[in-house]
Amino acid sequence: MKSRRLEQGGRIDRAKSIGFAWDGKSLTGYQGDTLASALMASGQQILGRSFKYHRPRGIMSAGVEESGALVTIGKGSRTEPNTKATVQELFEGLEAFGQNAWPSVRYDLGAINSLFSRFFAAGFYYKTFMGPKALLGQGTGFWMLCEKLIRQAAGMGKASRDPDPDCYDHAHAHCDVLVVGGGPAGLSAAAVAARAGLDVLLVEQDFELGGDLLNQPEPADQQRRKLIADVQRQGVRIMTRTTAFGLYDHGAAGLVERVSDHLPGINHNLPRQRFWIVRSSRIILATGAIERQIAFGSNDRPGVMTASAGRAYLNRFGILPGERIVIATNNDSAYQTATELEDAGAVVSLIDARENVRSELIGLLGGSNISLRIRAAPLDVKGMRCIKALEYTTATSQGWEHGGVEDCDLLLVSGGWSPVVNLLSHLGHKPIWNREQACFVAPETGSPVLMAGSAAAIWNHEDCLISGQSAGAGAAKLMGCSVRQKKNPKAGGWSGPIKPIYEVAVQGRQLKSLVDPQHDVTTDDIRLAHREGFVSVEHLKRYTTLGMATDGGKVGNVIGLALMAEALGKDIPDVGTTTFRPPYTPVSIGALRGRNVGEHFRPLRRTPMHDWNLEHGATMTMAGLWHRPWYFAQQDEGIEQAYIREAATVRETVGLCDVTSLGKIAIQGPDATEFLNRVYTNPFAKLPIGKARYGIMLRDDGIVMDDGTTWRFSETEYFMTTTTAHAAKVMTWLEELLQTRWQDLKVHVTSVSEQWAGCAVAGPKSREVLMASLESEDVISNENLPFMGVMQTLMKGGMPSRIARISFSGELAYEVYVPSDYGESMMNLLWERAKAAGGCLYGLEALGALRIEKGHVTGAELDGRVTIEDAGLGKMASPNKSYIGKSLKNRPELVREDRPRLVGIKPKDRSKTFNAGAILCKQDQVSGMGEGWVTAVTHSPALGHWIGLGFIKGGHEAWKDRTAIVADPLRKEDVEAEIVSPHMFDPKGERMHV
Amino acid sequence: MLRIACPFCGLRDYSEFTYGGDAAVVYPALDADEDAWHDAVFMRENVRGLQSETWHHVNGCRMWLIVDRDTLTHEIVGVRPAHPEWANVIATETGREKHEKPQA
Repeated sequence: MKSRRLEQGGRIDRAKSIGFAWDGKSLTGYQGDTLASALMASGQQILGRSFKYHRPRGIMSAGVEESGALVTIGKGSRTEPNTKATVQELFEGLEAFGQNAWPSVRYDLGAINSLFSRFFAAGFYYKTFMGPKALLGQGTGFWMLCEKLIRQAAGMGKASRDPDPDCYDHAHAHCDVLVVGGGPAGLSAAAVAARAGLDVLLVEQDFELGGDLLNQPEPADQQRRKLIADVQRQGVRIMTRTTAFGLYDHGAAGLVERVSDHLPGINHNLPRQRFWIVRSSRIILATGAIERQIAFGSNDRPGVMTASAGRAYLNRFGILPGERIVIATNNDSAYQTATELEDAGAVVSLIDARENVRSELIGLLGGSNISLRIRAAPLDVKGMRCIKALEYTTATSQGWEHGGVEDCDLLLVSGGWSPVVNLLSHLGHKPIWNREQACFVAPETGSPVLMAGSAAAIWNHEDCLISGQSAGAGAAKLMGCSVRQKKNPKAGGWSGPIKPIYEVAVQGRQLKSLVDPQHDVTTDDIRLAHREGFVSVEHLKRYTTLGMATDGGKVGNVIGLALMAEALGKDIPDVGTTTFRPPYTPVSIGALRGRNVGEHFRPLRRTPMHDWNLEHGATMTMAGLWHRPWYFAQQDEGIEQAYIREAATVRETVGLCDVTSLGKIAIQGPDATEFLNRVYTNPFAKLPIGKARYGIMLRDDGIVMDDGTTWRFSETEYFMTTTTAHAAKVMTWLEELLQTRWQDLKVHVTSVSEQWAGCAVAGPKSREVLMASLESEDVISNENLPFMGVMQTLMKGGMPSRIARISFSGELAYEVYVPSDYGESMMNLLWERAKAAGGCLYGLEALGALRIEKGHVTGAELDGRVTIEDAGLGKMASPNKSYIGKSLKNRPELVREDRPRLVGIKPKDRSKTFNAGAILCKQDQVSGMGEGWVTAVTHSPALGHWIGLGFIKGGHEAWKDRTAIVADPLRKEDVEAEIVSPHMFDPKGERMHV
Repeated sequence: MLRIACPFCGLRDYSEFTYGGDAAVVYPALDADEDAWHDAVFMRENVRGLQSETWHHVNGCRMWLIVDRDTLTHEIVGVRPAHPEWANVIATETGREKHEKPQA
């Protein structure tokens, strides 16, 4: 292929030259070039090496369907492999590299693979590398041995392993009509819809509007400008460099806008790409059509391109892509290309597979030196590194026969056109086969999306404009506008019909005919799959990997289907088609993640005392979305010394802990009592005003949902607390019950978790600390506020507060809540007095130690598999009333005696430790699922050794005098343990009643 | 991406909602026997076509809604509040709006 830039013509700006590098070599192109056109103008032919066989590859197209010119752009952390050179805009300083080749794409040692190609046919991996290890050189074990080598030899470009340094944005847009495609059909559709008063958004993946008009000679540009001026005048919002990569339900579309991929240097003030979610009422697809290849020998050689690509490089980029050009076609569309190339100075010959060609076309060639050969098709490409000559065939009644050889340096092929129905397919609408036009088109009815132009298999330019106008008016009508709609042109528009041919072969000739060049899938692979029993196209696809490369089957799918249909003796529509799925073209993960990265990966919740905790030495940890104090280290304490000291201090004097993250729900209304009585397993009907009660709620299926305390302030007002983990779930559950089931109950529930800041004051000196913090001390005396008593009172300085005498630690303790804005003031007040009393601040780790000693459950135990009996709380299930989950908690499986039940765990050798998550096993039977599991572990300052909570079959009674093994094979050795009651400290609960 | 027309908030992305379940399920009395509860909790039709479902506008107005959705096409043909009193309010409001809207 002797390509060269022409002196004039094209849409490039010859005054603006752009320097770039290809495999380290400095080259220049012009403003308006793609990387592919600049490389072609510089005479570069071999731009890539194929996936399996390392066959040399050059430019095959001028669009997103490119399968040959896949290159790596950029270096280091900005490496972008598998970039299609045909759509990458050229910019100053662009660095591009060949990939999947060593030492270079021009001289690639990997090409030796093609000598062994018969061993790498479809199913090579399954046949060689799966199954038992029995045979040497086969099976899964052999795969593990060979994988590294194969991964190096086969494949695409290599991604960077560094973090992506670029920034990406997410954006949202709404519109009445979304038009995908800025060609003649899309532009005219957008103009009509906007003129009808609709808000129209037009997106175009190219950097210029115009679609196929860009690829036509000069006069087309006038029409292009006119169409663009019209949409601009109508106020259409236009986005170029933007791909609609997926359509979703209810008019939603995913777009990716390439904001700075075409700009030189690093643009710190711009995102690299923007991911848009567009919500539209109507969608018009004017997505165009992609020209198909034909399968013949070495149809992937550099110098073989689609006919339309030849036209694009000539008219848009001002390049003569070859000097001796053969154009092989089976339809009308290549004739115009032939004359234009000849006019530009090439020697052109046409071969047409059809038996006869209409006079209009012959007329088109009139006056030119183009030779036309009918009933002829390409058979085999001569030339090892790039095309030197074409061997063609002629059609006889017996099939194809050798026709002759013609020297050429460029072969342009048109095997027909495939309308881009991919996006419609995303919505679950199967395209249907149009026999006359030999392509898949949108189904005529039931489609929520309007098709326009060549995306609807309309080939004639004037008809494409009308079809666009008709689609624009159609969308406007559906939106309730009164507009006149032109009759939609029918599919077709050529002077003579296409002759569908998918493969050209001659009996007895071994050819390497590529169907899916990106994955090196050949016609033989398709036939092999058929011989091996693959009948469904979905299986064929997965077995041969046809259509599974980065082009998603844009090039090869129809040929593959046709070959499969032929092998099966069926018609293409009877074989069906595979489903196109998003994305239409590859989307970088970075665009999808947007700014949701690092600390922004998920939202963060801070308590009103967050800064206060940090100022007082807290090390924070995550509890769900919350940041909570983990421990408050003194001097050079580690976490272990810190929490053990904190827990011990709570049992000796007093400790303060931020418990704001607990869920808090206001429950109000005349039926609030009845509501709680149905939700909780234990009775709430007689809870006095001024008292709190610990309650358990079950799910419908009888499993424990959550626990917490509920405080009664008046006849009609309660304050419910939930666990931190289940706060949102419980709130939703209460709303569901009230709105969907018990619609007669007059109850209002309101989440007030964020309204109240909470602090636990725990320890023998908690009463004196809290008393000293109140306006009137006496209100919380033992008489005035007995165990489980609640009250609303003022703290010093007039801070309103809610106080309950409840205990999670097992000590005399209070939970104090103040409106969130008073959080820090409350902490200052309490801490001044607690510090004087020899107290401490404690975090989540000490909180855990204290509750484990007491055998109190949390989310670690209430994991959605546990019944109220399993948790040792069976006494809280009232036999005298009905409540949610009462019936189903008695299912036979849930009441079995040997169910795992909550127990305490102590190592026999008290110096040993063990881990949460370990499995509890019988002695000498450390295997399988074991007899139970460990949910929580702590060092117990009160007992002086490590303890744990967990569940084990039959509970602690069944394990009396027996030894269990805490098995933790992955982390450390097994530990012998005794299984005890979960209430390991102060089992009678005397300390909290003082 | 489904979009649900919340009667209180307007047309919103489904990501603001959580799916509840089959709205046709009638939950038995709390003291009903195990069989009745078993059927209500575990037995579900696998509807191909129009189904009434409960959805919670959890990141919006927090109302539970009944959404009539075609499970095959995802078409949503109706949305109303699950609570009949709210449904009445909405119906009255919509009626009044219709009444007040001048004829085009």
